[in-house]
Amino acid sequence: MKQDHFGIAQATLLEPTGLSASDLDAVMHKLTGVGGCDFADMYFQYAKQESWSLDEGVVKTGSFTIDQGVGLRSVCGEKTAFAYSEDLHVPAILAAADVVQAIGRQGGGAQAPRQWQTRSPSALYPQQDPIAGLGDAEKVAILEAADKAARSHDSRVVEVMASLAGVYEVVLIVTSDGRQVPDVRPLIRLNVSVIVEQNGKRERGSMGGGGRFGFDYFDQQTIEHYAHEAVRQALVSLEAIDSPAGTMPVVLGPGWPGILLHEAVGHGLEGDFNRKGTSAFSGRIGQRVASELCTVVDDGTIAERRGSLSVDDEGNETQNTVLIEKGILKGYMQDEHNARLMGMSVTGNGRRESFAHLPMPRMTNTYMHNGESDPEEIIRSVKKGLYAVNFGGGQVDITSGKFVFSSSEAYLIEDGKITAPVKGATLIGNGPEAMQTISMVGNDMSLDSGVGVCGKDGQSVPVGVGQPTLKMDALTVGGVQL
Amino acid sequence: MSDQIAVKSASQATGIDLVRAAQIALDYAAKCGVDQSEVSLHHGTGVSVTARQQDLETVEKHNDAQIVVSVYRDHKTGSASSADLSEAGIQAAVDAAVSIARFTGSDPCLGLADADRMAKNGIDLDLYHPWKLDVAEMADIALACEAAALNADAAISNSEGATVNSYSGQAVYANSHGFLSDTAGSQHSISCSVIGQRGDAMQRDYWYDSNRNPTLLQAAEEIGLNAAKRTVSRLGARQIGSRQAPVMFDPMTAKSLFSHLIGALKGGAIYKKASFMLDRVEQQILPEFISVTEYPHERGASGSAYHDGEGVATPAQRVLVDQGVLQGYVLGSYTARKLGLASTANAGGVRNLKISNTGQSFEQLLRELGTGLLVTELIGSGINMVTGDYSRGAAGFWVENGEIQYPVEEITIAGNLLDMYQKIVAAGSDYDRRGNTESGSIVIESMTIAGS
Repeated sequence: MKQDHFGIAQATLLEPTGLSASDLDAVMHKLTGVGGCDFADMYFQYAKQESWSLDEGVVKTGSFTIDQGVGLRSVCGEKTAFAYSEDLHVPAILAAADVVQAIGRQGGGAQAPRQWQTRSPSALYPQQDPIAGLGDAEKVAILEAADKAARSHDSRVVEVMASLAGVYEVVLIVTSDGRQVPDVRPLIRLNVSVIVEQNGKRERGSMGGGGRFGFDYFDQQTIEHYAHEAVRQALVSLEAIDSPAGTMPVVLGPGWPGILLHEAVGHGLEGDFNRKGTSAFSGRIGQRVASELCTVVDDGTIAERRGSLSVDDEGNETQNTVLIEKGILKGYMQDEHNARLMGMSVTGNGRRESFAHLPMPRMTNTYMHNGESDPEEIIRSVKKGLYAVNFGGGQVDITSGKFVFSSSEAYLIEDGKITAPVKGATLIGNGPEAMQTISMVGNDMSLDSGVGVCGKDGQSVPVGVGQPTLKMDALTVGGVQL
Repeated sequence: MSDQIAVKSASQATGIDLVRAAQIALDYAAKCGVDQSEVSLHHGTGVSVTARQQDLETVEKHNDAQIVVSVYRDHKTGSASSADLSEAGIQAAVDAAVSIARFTGSDPCLGLADADRMAKNGIDLDLYHPWKLDVAEMADIALACEAAALNADAAISNSEGATVNSYSGQAVYANSHGFLSDTAGSQHSISCSVIGQRGDAMQRDYWYDSNRNPTLLQAAEEIGLNAAKRTVSRLGARQIGSRQAPVMFDPMTAKSLFSHLIGALKGGAIYKKASFMLDRVEQQILPEFISVTEYPHERGASGSAYHDGEGVATPAQRVLVDQGVLQGYVLGSYTARKLGLASTANAGGVRNLKISNTGQSFEQLLRELGTGLLVTELIGSGINMVTGDYSRGAAGFWVENGEIQYPVEEITIAGNLLDMYQKIVAAGSDYDRRGNTESGSIVIESMTIAGS
């Protein structure tokens, strides 16, 4: 019999230790306290993870992890008390609730709910366990196929490193307003990195992808695509010349370069920074923060995407939230706590790394809508500049607005033509200013392949990005060649 | 082989019997017919208290336990981890590891470190200093820290708060050679981050201290003052034009140059040919006046341990770079075997790395820099570990004739690490002693700065 989400959550998280509805009442009663608080929640989580990795043609290591526990939170005004328990028996959870309760509080009006309401979200991904869904020998075969595909693609490949990871998570969010919201979340990823060597010179390249579904996604064609793409990038790097240094027009390719949006605007539009007034975008709703060609959204509702969630980690359905519309700042990404304090609506962006971490406003899939330009026309419009199509990591100082992101594949544009590849140039700019210099937006929007990880306050969560080809008239390129 | 001193302090730290849990895991693994097995366990408790805008904001209580088991059979390995330290939970973890080892490939280099390398005697390295404070007392420290920052300068306009963190725990490592160690440890910190505003422009900076012994932490007020001072000093920052110029890294950013070096010397990067330091042993990789030395037995230091992550005895000191000449790689048993070398007791990384200095203070180094860039913050990750190509976002100060002129931001600095290391012209004695690496400021003769 196929179980619904709530049935799975109950069977995985509550039944093994015999947790009943009245037990949840008792815990919630403690969390909401005698004097009452604004709200409280419990986050039950079961997470199973498995990973395999290959180098030198051999799958040398495999590891398996099971984590489970419950995070308990009580919020009063701007104050938050938090504790968690890895033990899901009633006494351990009540003891953790006592810790939360022991922290002083005033005001507020939440009470333990009189009646629980279960809400199963409409699922954006299959409720399958990817780890159990494929045999270990077949998982090993995926990595061996990646190794073979990369090595047979070019004789200059001297090393292949590949890793395969699967996660199966079951969560149940229980809130002081009486909701019990379950979710069942699969997540898989395959990465292929290669080292190539030619005339004593070595370079690297990597490619990967995944999403919220089963391992059958990695068919031979997909595996070969990742392997060949990793080799191609490494070979391009072998030929790369020193990157230019200075301020110049920069064209970013479609898809993964959307990391620009994640760093330059995304983090700065998270509710917590704006409530506290610490973001370069604070207090700027309704103002122009990008050129009128730019419409940027955070959309957690795209089926099966790595950054998508049927519900966020506070039990709210994810949304397609318009952040910037035709250059005008429209809204922030909110969780319960910050939305309440700012008098705004939640946007389904409350996320946490695990039950042992506090939720906060986080991105899901952040991307820019299509414009009208032909990508080739965008390249043709640049006399001298940089065309960057692949990136490593990025980082932003949300207070000053300064962001950086480092290219792993980029080319010179000379007289409207893509010419020599250049070695990894780092791009740096100021979010609101850089977004205003976007003068052309292509019609080739695509999302990344599903490998993004975002870190904030020491917590990592999976995210997605995307964009069409776009041109920034002036951005600082950090190369070595003056 | 276990260390009695450490065992005693460990059992005071926690209530969970990690030693017994380790024994259960090893016994059960043996029953499952594996050739070798090893197990790491930890249990720790901690509290983190944040005050913001002079009010208590967040209180978090942490209580974590974990077991990680690795098994080896026919030179194949599998590992599993779990937070469930019950007998059934431990056995389930071993079963999972054994199951994985049926499917991984065989590699004769896989296995425990050699038995004759196991640490024979435990050494009490003074790692455990619990901080007996309640939440209210921790909140008072955080409030005092933030107050000092908020009151330090009229330009301080906002705050991300001050946090007091305290953690104590116990770690056990055991393997089927019969090695077992049981160590208690603690780590405490105070940090503060504030925002300054001048006109529309905001800047943020922070300061922190961290120590195993809470009585050695910098005073909360001093940390707040430092955070405010650093923030205010950044107000009015501007971009400078692209140029070649000498660059001085302050002690906090200089450490990152050496962490890239260590990353490139790790055996895993070397045998995969994924390192810019490949085949550089016995070569001059730094100027003659720089030595890089590891001190694993330093008492009370954050990285100290008498054995590495595989039970191999650590040396009291190891010179990794002697007067600029690379002495060897950073190896655990697996990577050592891959390279036909002996383990350097670095499973789990290097411990208490110190960079020698050329004797100058921070001010003297600024004079040596003359006219150039002082870097106080690096952002982004633009380092290619295969080639050493380096290009990162930076912020800091423009210096003329040894005097700081104005704050600088939105620039990048670029070069190649192999070349940057050779071009170090001075290493200061202004050590930042926090954390696992101690370095003073470093001056590099020339780098490319990209800006307006």
